[in-house]
Amino acid sequence: MPIDAIDRQIIEATQSGLPLVEQPYVEVAQQIGISEAEVMQRICAMQEKDIIRRIGVVPNHYALGYKANGMTVWDVPDEHIAELGKKIGTLEFVSHCYQRPRFLPEWPYNLFAMVHAGTKEEAMQQVDVIAELLGDMNRQHDVLFSTKILKKTGLRLKSK
Amino acid sequence: MDEIDRLIINTLQSDFPVSSHPYADAAKKLNISESELIKKIQTLLENKTLTRFGPLYRADRLGGDFSLVAMQVPEERFKEVTDIVNAYSEVAHNYQRDNAFNMWFVLATEIPERIGEVCDEIAQQTGLKVYNMPKLEEYFIELKLTV
Repeated sequence: MPIDAIDRQIIEATQSGLPLVEQPYVEVAQQIGISEAEVMQRICAMQEKDIIRRIGVVPNHYALGYKANGMTVWDVPDEHIAELGKKIGTLEFVSHCYQRPRFLPEWPYNLFAMVHAGTKEEAMQQVDVIAELLGDMNRQHDVLFSTKILKKTGLRLKSK
Repeated sequence: MDEIDRLIINTLQSDFPVSSHPYADAAKKLNISESELIKKIQTLLENKTLTRFGPLYRADRLGGDFSLVAMQVPEERFKEVTDIVNAYSEVAHNYQRDNAFNMWFVLATEIPERIGEVCDEIAQQTGLKVYNMPKLEEYFIELKLTV
C-alpha cells in the first residue's frame, strides 16, 4: 500500500470535498488530530506520487452546456495504437483517450476517446475530425452517447 | 453564471494552493476577496455547476484498481440488471448508452482482485456476459473544459 493510516484518514476527510473555510487544512488536521503542517506535507507528497491527480473544482459537464458526451470507439492496428492514441489525445475536445481490450467478434474496438460538445451534431463533427486524423488506420468505429446516468458516486473508501 | 464564475471554472480546475490560507492565495490571483471566492465555490456546488471541489484521488494509485465494464442487457431486463449492478458499492458510475452494449459502468476497488470477482458475481447473478475492459494504456487525460 503506497499510503499509510494517516494518509487514509486525510483521504476520508477530503474525498467528498475540501472544507469551505479560510483554513481548510487546519480543519482537516483537527478532525484527524495532527498538525496543519503535516496535513499539507502529506497532501503535497500524495500529489508528487500522483495519488492526487489534481486539487480544484470539478465542473459538471451537463451544467456547463456539454450535453452531448460521446464515447467514440475505434478499431485500429495494435502496432500503431500508441502513436494514434497520442495524436487523438491532443485534440482539445477529447478528455480521455485509452487503449482497452477487444472482445472478438462482438467488440472489435481497441481505442476509446471521450468527446464533449453542446449538441450531438457538433459531437459527430468531432468524430469526423478523429476519423480524418486516423485515415486508413481506422478499420471501423462507433459512437455511444449516454442516454441515462444510472449511478454516479465519487471514489468511496470504506472505513476500516 | 457571471464572469467570476467562469474565471473560477477556467482557472481553478487544478493547482489549488496547499497553504495556510489557500482561498486567500487563490483569490488574489483572481482579483477577488477570500470570502467572495469561498462563497462563489459554495454557490457553484449548491447549484450543481460543480460536482465537487477538492483533491481528486486516483483509486488505481491507492493500491486499488479501476475498470470500465460493459454489458449487453435485453431491454425487458434493464431495470432488474441495473438494480443488481448498482447494489455493488464498487460500482462508481453507471451509464446507459445507445448501443447493443447498453450498460457501461466503472468499478473502483481497493483490492485489485476484487474487479474480477465483482464481474464474475454480476455474470452469475444476471446470467449475462460481463465485458471487463480495463485500460491497457492511457494516452491523455486532462480536463480542458472551458466556459
